[in-house]
Amino acid sequence: MRFIWLIPLLPAAGALVNGLFGIRWFSRTVSGLLACATMAGALGLSLWAFSELLGLPADARVHDVVLGHWIPPMALQTAHDIGMFQVPWQFRLDPLSGVMILVVTGVGFLIHVYSTAYMKDEAPGGYARFFSYLNLFCFFMLVLVLGANFLVMFVGWEGVGLCSYLLIGFWYEKKSASDAGKKAFITNRIGDWGFILGMFLVFFTFGTLDFRAVADAAGAMPIESAGFGVLSIICLTLFIGATGKSAQIPLHVWLPDAMEGPTPVSALIHAATMVTAGVYMVARNAVLFQHAPHVMQIVAIVGALTALMAATIGLVQNDIKRVLAYSTVSQLGYMFLATGVGAFAAGIFHLMTHAFFKALLFLGSGSVIHAMAGEQDMQKMGGLRKYMPVTFVTMMIGTLAIAGIPPLAGFFSKDEILYQSFLNNRFLWLIGAVTALLTAFYMFRLILLTFYGTYRGAPWARVAAPAAAMEAAAHGVRHPLDGQAQKDDHEVSHGAADVRAAGHAHAWHGPHESPRAMTVPLMALAVGAIVAGFLGIPQALKGANTIEHFLAPSFESHTAAAREAGAGAAAGAEHGPGAAAAEEGAHHLSTAGELGLMVLSVLIAVAGVLAARRFYFTHPELPDRLAARWRGAHALLFNKYYVDELYDATAIKGTVAGGRGLWTFDRVVIDGAVDGSGWLTRVSAWGSHMFDKHVVDGLVNLVGWIAEEGSFFVRRLQTGLVQNYALLMVVGVFAFLTLYLVAR
Amino acid sequence: MTLFQNHLLSVILFTPTVGALLLLFIGKERDNAIRWIANIFGVLGFLVSLPLWFRYQPQGAAWQFVEHADWIPAIGATYFLGVDGFSMLLVLLTTLMGLIAILSSWTAITERVKEFYIFMLVLQTGMIGAFVSLDFLLFFLFWEVMLVPMYFLIGIWGGGRRLYSAIKFFLYTLVGSVVMLLGILALYFYVYTATGVYTFDITQFQQLTIPSNVQKWIFLAFFLGFAVKVPMFPFHTWLPDAHTDAPTAGSVILAAVLLKMGTYGFIRFSLPILPDASRAFVPMMIGLSLVGIIYGALVALAQTDWKRLVAYSSVSHMAMVMLGMFALTPVGITGSIVQQLNHGISTGALFLIVGIVYERRHTREISEYGGLSKVMPIYAAVFMIMTMSSIGLPALNGFIGEILILQGVYVVNKIWAAVAASGIVLGAAYMLWLYQRTMFGKIENPANEKLKDLNLREIATFAPLIALAFWIGIYPTPILRRLESSVTRVVLRVNSVYGPAMAKAAADCNNPPSAAAVAAAQANAPAGFTIEPPCTTEPAPAAPPRREGERR
Repeated sequence: MRFIWLIPLLPAAGALVNGLFGIRWFSRTVSGLLACATMAGALGLSLWAFSELLGLPADARVHDVVLGHWIPPMALQTAHDIGMFQVPWQFRLDPLSGVMILVVTGVGFLIHVYSTAYMKDEAPGGYARFFSYLNLFCFFMLVLVLGANFLVMFVGWEGVGLCSYLLIGFWYEKKSASDAGKKAFITNRIGDWGFILGMFLVFFTFGTLDFRAVADAAGAMPIESAGFGVLSIICLTLFIGATGKSAQIPLHVWLPDAMEGPTPVSALIHAATMVTAGVYMVARNAVLFQHAPHVMQIVAIVGALTALMAATIGLVQNDIKRVLAYSTVSQLGYMFLATGVGAFAAGIFHLMTHAFFKALLFLGSGSVIHAMAGEQDMQKMGGLRKYMPVTFVTMMIGTLAIAGIPPLAGFFSKDEILYQSFLNNRFLWLIGAVTALLTAFYMFRLILLTFYGTYRGAPWARVAAPAAAMEAAAHGVRHPLDGQAQKDDHEVSHGAADVRAAGHAHAWHGPHESPRAMTVPLMALAVGAIVAGFLGIPQALKGANTIEHFLAPSFESHTAAAREAGAGAAAGAEHGPGAAAAEEGAHHLSTAGELGLMVLSVLIAVAGVLAARRFYFTHPELPDRLAARWRGAHALLFNKYYVDELYDATAIKGTVAGGRGLWTFDRVVIDGAVDGSGWLTRVSAWGSHMFDKHVVDGLVNLVGWIAEEGSFFVRRLQTGLVQNYALLMVVGVFAFLTLYLVAR
Repeated sequence: MTLFQNHLLSVILFTPTVGALLLLFIGKERDNAIRWIANIFGVLGFLVSLPLWFRYQPQGAAWQFVEHADWIPAIGATYFLGVDGFSMLLVLLTTLMGLIAILSSWTAITERVKEFYIFMLVLQTGMIGAFVSLDFLLFFLFWEVMLVPMYFLIGIWGGGRRLYSAIKFFLYTLVGSVVMLLGILALYFYVYTATGVYTFDITQFQQLTIPSNVQKWIFLAFFLGFAVKVPMFPFHTWLPDAHTDAPTAGSVILAAVLLKMGTYGFIRFSLPILPDASRAFVPMMIGLSLVGIIYGALVALAQTDWKRLVAYSSVSHMAMVMLGMFALTPVGITGSIVQQLNHGISTGALFLIVGIVYERRHTREISEYGGLSKVMPIYAAVFMIMTMSSIGLPALNGFIGEILILQGVYVVNKIWAAVAASGIVLGAAYMLWLYQRTMFGKIENPANEKLKDLNLREIATFAPLIALAFWIGIYPTPILRRLESSVTRVVLRVNSVYGPAMAKAAADCNNPPSAAAVAAAQANAPAGFTIEPPCTTEPAPAAPPRREGERR
């Protein structure tokens, strides 16, 4: 555990080396190996640290490592007195971050391996750049989960946003990709606005930014069930941050667009890890949130609504990755629903199982896209299970897991969330249950459209690919070209996002199974999607609910006094106003009741599966008829409730127009005033020049003129004749003499 | 070596001047010789300033490296130099950016090379002089000295409407500084009537108690001088013109150092000399800063000229600096100072970045570019790092400044902080949009297909800035330590809230944590990391600064 600081630093070193040298000099093999090796090292260290953590007694499972000052102490006033603002570079391993580093390094490692094959059509420079970004992402994600205080977490928080931006826009020559990256970053920044304000208020209230210290202090404060106190404001602003990062209403719009990135990126960042950061952050501040029951209600409602909204959109999308993207938004909604009803452990549990099955599904879809030479439209797929059995089986496992079919991972975690929300608020449970139905439906729709039925995609040249054709024949599949010979001139259509990944150097030989570097991670994740749920088998099924007990210390305050208050807090949270409907007895449903709910949710899932089978397998004409009948509703869903259009018309256009308006104002009014005063100066200068020329100088000239004219008379005296002068002199002398004599 | 021991500041101050004098004797056609000499003196100027960093004692006297000599005894003006942590850092920023600006001009300036470098070097002396002067008249002298070379740099080597911009810059600043001079003289005569001594000694001014109403008038006079220089909304319109039309080196120096004169003036003069007025004008200053943050960002969003966009981002960032300052909290002022350095680094770099492509393409229109990442990958990477630094990504320098400023403001007023924080959303918007429009996409303009990536000299101009960006972002402690006593001194003057707390901090220094506590902390730290106790040497000077704090 002493070396937990190395866990993030290993991928950072990989990113640095690949970024500085790899892009220029490394071959694909070297840069891929380097990136995978750093992740393997990080995974090994994580496992080691985690096992050490398990070796400690339950209430001592926390280990801090301080690397040094980040911001040294500085005096700053707080709500109560003058505090010290200081932030150390501090990492903390506890049950919560322990689970997270395993998820990040584990799934991260597998996705690195997968990418070595998926990205192999990139030029070596681009390949190294990709792995440099991917490694950098893992570094920031690990900093995010290991950070012991808000500010260190924020480093990871913003850093993963940067990597997300860079990786979404990895194929930067495409406008849609760079647009999506920009949108992701800016939307996240709006959330970050909330996050930092929450963080400031945390310092102002508690005088520290350390999670543990904050939890301890908050634990000793009364629960704000009466109104919106300071803790509620903290939680609300922090939750704004979470909605940005975890794509919840109203900041969910960036995640579907983020599918412009390469598929491994979608799997790692936009499914398994980064987007769950918001859930993690809320769970990390569980004590704070427990003291703000109103905000908890908001979290639960936002989560439930997001889950439902995204699931409905997912029903009608045709792009395989977009379906998965909306599914992710929906599942994240589940996680927030869990944290909102106080079931933090269930939220993190679902986060973990989701990381497995959703990464699996994304990688599987990547494998499909790879096989289809970049095609992402499910309407142009079909029957693929014959060509790619491993992908088919593993994706089927992932789909069963997310649909909540026992005993796969998703069943346990989703059921726990539904159970907990049932205790809290029946209405929230209802939304969750409907979403579960929809989830099962749209996921099986995806499977059926992709892997079942007949192949509907582009044909491939028989001559160019005799092997594939023979292989297909051997599998007893009719070669698609047979039925589509009239489309000979039909070009192989390339999908939108993964064009370059799929830009095979060789001719396309038709759908085929992916290489081993891609299928092995799929199989590993499939194992995870099966077994991860066993960590949280509920008591009702005679399980130990290991994960809940393991995580519990991370959601409590630690001082004795605070713990007592915290016990009250937990009870009080359940008594929150929204939960008033649930009677006392409902808090601990009988085992029979719990089992009944469980059976119910399984039935719901099965119903969803059956419905999908009817719509997309037995009666494939149904969806079109339905879409035709409910055209308005279909358009609404297909266009994602027009939220993007709304934002574009208001916030984005408004801001840009505001900028343009102010720019005109700046030129015309403010600079106009400056130039105007310059002009006034020049005008007054001209005026004074005129005054000078005509009045001042005129006076001077007048004087000269007067002198000149006046001298005209005086000049007469100057005759130049000596006699006249002598006469004048005599007269003068005479006059003065007379004056002298008289005056005396 | 006694010259370096006792007259370090003078050496730093006049090294560029020596270079400029030397250039006078080089034939004007020997361009390369001139370039080499100018660059050598750029490097030399930076090297001689480095001892400041190492020899400055964070817990030492208030003013260090002090030099004192008579200048004009009749009116009490003296040659009085000295630095505290704040001005020390600004001097280092100046010498570094001077070096970088000179290095960046090697191929960009091809006409009147000799005059160009002479002006650059003289400008260096002017800027350093303003930062190290502890005599108000001397300060004013250097303040005005800066104007002239900058005027010529824009007017001769600029582009676009360079004459208009040069004159606008000159007159605007001059108007401000004339009013400021009135303020200085008012202060000077007030001190004379109060004490019977004619003096321009800033360290003495900083300990005066001046009646509030007198303070207010002097504050307004100073305000005009400094606010134009910062520039604060609505006195900012000279900046986009000057920036846009100046040659790259001029823009870099203008952004990185000249703008800091304004903020330096506020922290050095307005706050400590006129504390009552500073408090009284907080609403006005904060209001203008908040408007500036949002306004600058929004106008930047509307720009189609790459350089003008960066210039308006400067308006926004400098408003952030002002905001932190007038929070009047230690964290806010520290953040404000750090952000001044950051702005110098990242905006300086952004102007260099524009300069690189301007030199190759001779246009600043954003729409002329697009897809440059493809042909200029190193350039793209540098630009990305500096974009992130500019929009305050954590672990880069901009973040440290912004977070300190916003936290420092938040504890005073939550609404101010919330409004200012929305500026960083807009910051991301205009910078990323700029990046997308210039670097991403396909190359559609054939003129961009053959653009050359950065050469070694150009990489060398960016390398120190990138290193600094990461250093300040990850481990700002050495810098923050060196700022402690300067900030404490200012805060104790203007904010009574912190008096007792800072005295206590000093007491804590006298009673360091027990050896056991330090050992425990050390035990948790990984090998190779040492845990420092809060105060390493002497206690911070909580008492008013000593006048004769000379360092031997």
